[in-house]
Amino acid sequence: MWRGCKLSSSGSRFLGSFKSVYRCTQADCHRLTTSAVCSKNQLGWTLQIKPWIFNEYGIMWFKSCSMNFACLNRMKSYRLPWIRAYSASRSTVDSREVKTFLALAHRWWDEQGVYAPLHSMNDLRVPFIRDNLLKTVANHQPGKPLSGMKILDVGCGGGLLTEPLGRLGASVIGIDPVDENIKTAQHHKSFDPVLDKRIDYRACSLEEIVEETAETFDAVVASEVVEHVLDLETFIQSCCQVLKPGGSLFITTINKTQLSYALGIVFSEQIAGIVPKGTHTWEKFVSPEKLESILESNGLSVQTVAGMLYNPFSGYWHWSESTSLNYAAYAVKSSVQEHSVPTKFALKGEREELRAEASTNSGTLMRASVLPLTWNTQH
Amino acid sequence: MAARLAGSRSGTALLAVQRGPLVSCRRWAGAAADTVYDVVVSGGGMVGAAMACALGHDIHFGDKKILLLEAGPKKVLGKLPETYSNRVSSISPGSATLLSSFGAWDHICNMRYRAFRRMQVWDACSEALITFDKDNLDDMGYIVENDVVMQALSKQLEAVSDRVTVLYKSKAVSFTWPYPFSMADSSPWVHITLGDGSTLQTKLLIGADGHNSGVRRAAGIRHVSWNYDQSAVVATLHLSEPTENNVAWQRFLPSGPIALLPWSDANHTDLVDSAGSMLQYVVAFLKPTKVSARQLPPSVARVDAKSRVLFPLGLGHAAEYVRPRLALIGDAAHRVHPLAGQGVNMGFGDISSLVHHLRTAAFNGKDLGSMSHLTGYETDRQRHNTALLAATDLLKRLYSTSATPLVLLRTWGLQATNAVSPLKEQIMAFASK
Repeated sequence: MWRGCKLSSSGSRFLGSFKSVYRCTQADCHRLTTSAVCSKNQLGWTLQIKPWIFNEYGIMWFKSCSMNFACLNRMKSYRLPWIRAYSASRSTVDSREVKTFLALAHRWWDEQGVYAPLHSMNDLRVPFIRDNLLKTVANHQPGKPLSGMKILDVGCGGGLLTEPLGRLGASVIGIDPVDENIKTAQHHKSFDPVLDKRIDYRACSLEEIVEETAETFDAVVASEVVEHVLDLETFIQSCCQVLKPGGSLFITTINKTQLSYALGIVFSEQIAGIVPKGTHTWEKFVSPEKLESILESNGLSVQTVAGMLYNPFSGYWHWSESTSLNYAAYAVKSSVQEHSVPTKFALKGEREELRAEASTNSGTLMRASVLPLTWNTQH
Repeated sequence: MAARLAGSRSGTALLAVQRGPLVSCRRWAGAAADTVYDVVVSGGGMVGAAMACALGHDIHFGDKKILLLEAGPKKVLGKLPETYSNRVSSISPGSATLLSSFGAWDHICNMRYRAFRRMQVWDACSEALITFDKDNLDDMGYIVENDVVMQALSKQLEAVSDRVTVLYKSKAVSFTWPYPFSMADSSPWVHITLGDGSTLQTKLLIGADGHNSGVRRAAGIRHVSWNYDQSAVVATLHLSEPTENNVAWQRFLPSGPIALLPWSDANHTDLVDSAGSMLQYVVAFLKPTKVSARQLPPSVARVDAKSRVLFPLGLGHAAEYVRPRLALIGDAAHRVHPLAGQGVNMGFGDISSLVHHLRTAAFNGKDLGSMSHLTGYETDRQRHNTALLAATDLLKRLYSTSATPLVLLRTWGLQATNAVSPLKEQIMAFASK
């Protein structure tokens, strides 16, 4: 369900000015008038450079679109993204986003190519996932710290994050709506006999496998996915459904701030060409507060939110105190099954206990998320 | 890609080089039923065997498959021969730490080795001399026979035989390198063909096969090298008088340096020993001792029969230590004059650095052959090794002449260095790593 938003006049002018200078497609104009603007809470300018190095502008001409995950099979009758949003379909995949990724499907594994920043992001996200999962087990096998865990990698792309998790011993299922991505991922893992056994790829959307894989995963990873999703609420609900009670959800995404627009869209895509044009849509960026509220309202207790920063000169990512650009979030599904009842009061004690555990993460610069209990009432 | 430094002291000075093209252009199409190893170490000398040992004993490599290829036959681990071997190495404290990290140092201590505490180096053309000694009671270094080191390493390799496979009499004859990134139907691994025709694949190939490295040649890595117009003669000497044999002596002659490395307290009984130390105590009591008093080296009684060996000397340095899925360690990457006793220690230093980077990569689930951490190893080691190679070459050339201006220069330099203790400590620290 599309979160209908009021557009403040200043906001629309702000976006309108950008639109006239940088965007030129009809679809964009429509989308801007209905999209949510930066919330009043965003104050400082913070820099986010979404790191995708890309040279082929031609392919990207029609890519100024919102990227969602949608099942291609179901989306036969949709015409426009915002109309589709109100349709009865529960899928969260956008076929136009699928086309964007299709063009680059064979480039996933070039470590110095288009996806180089995603490769180097592994230096942050793999330890983030690994260390938080290790805290949930009493002891682990050295050499295979994640052995015995079942992980779902939603929007796995070419398997950039799936393979490291497999190497650490976990059984991973990677899903992606783009067929070509899955083919690339399958092909890449086929040469490694160990990974071949541990990883399973499927070309589908999350909603399709919710029924058959309900409550089977120890962890779900949705890295650089929620900013492409059509309906965040449904997506999170599906993630929650496939998680075991007490299971972990890992999300990395981009914040929705003025600076993330200026640097993440304008600078990275239009000027410097770091990110392919049209990869991201600022309206779909999710602020940590909004994400936390959705997570909490779905029975997922947020343990950690940590900012990430990319240095395009060195090509490395760093943890950061500020979540104004990229950030990573770690949430745990409550062990008690609660569906309709808001969980914030019932599980207050448990949440605080988990937060205390999370605050002693080793080696990474994180701040434990502080979620005031009154936040939900403002929304 | 950042520029890489070709560390050589030749006239070409320091160049920024891009990665050169791969020489062997045979690509392997189609996967095979070959075993895919995680790491293959080519060359089972001290450095290669130590590398395989270090990886085998590392907990993060618990489920990885490691292979060591050695061209020679398996040496039977029997009793130590009574006579000393004439191939010895000076092991620095840093190398001893590495060896003890996987339990080989204990075996060496149980066999035989010699610690030394002081080093005295002087010039033949002048009175300049420099002494190194450690104020605390630490050893400056250890003299160990190469055979003893190899035995200790073999024992430790057998201890992890479930993870590390050792193939003797196997020499890799040809290599096939992968494309930079995954293309249709081409295997991303390095394919190795052995002398007997069998093939295997690996995610990371470590070349530890000496200064005439076949791996380096096959990869087409540029190599700067020259031969010194010198050969080394090594022999075992017996001393004429009993002495507390813990000082290393080195004297620079125009024809080349000559060094006496302590081996054992031979030729004295317990009685003589205690009498000797009492005398020293009395002498010290009567005469005020100067700090770093000049000692005379012991005199030589005879040379051990059949212990003389000659081997040529030269310098070598590889322009790149790493390529995708390839890393060079030890003499394959750098070859140095033995005057500073650093050759094998540089190799052990390479091992420490590479194991550190590989261990972090394995714990992060990374592909072991990925350049992102291999370049970290290369940067670390090239910085250290280039400096040491340059310094050793400079010393060798400086002391090979008896031309007066250069003799003056080096005399003053040596005396100045001897006088400045912090500088000496820095030198010792650098060489002990």
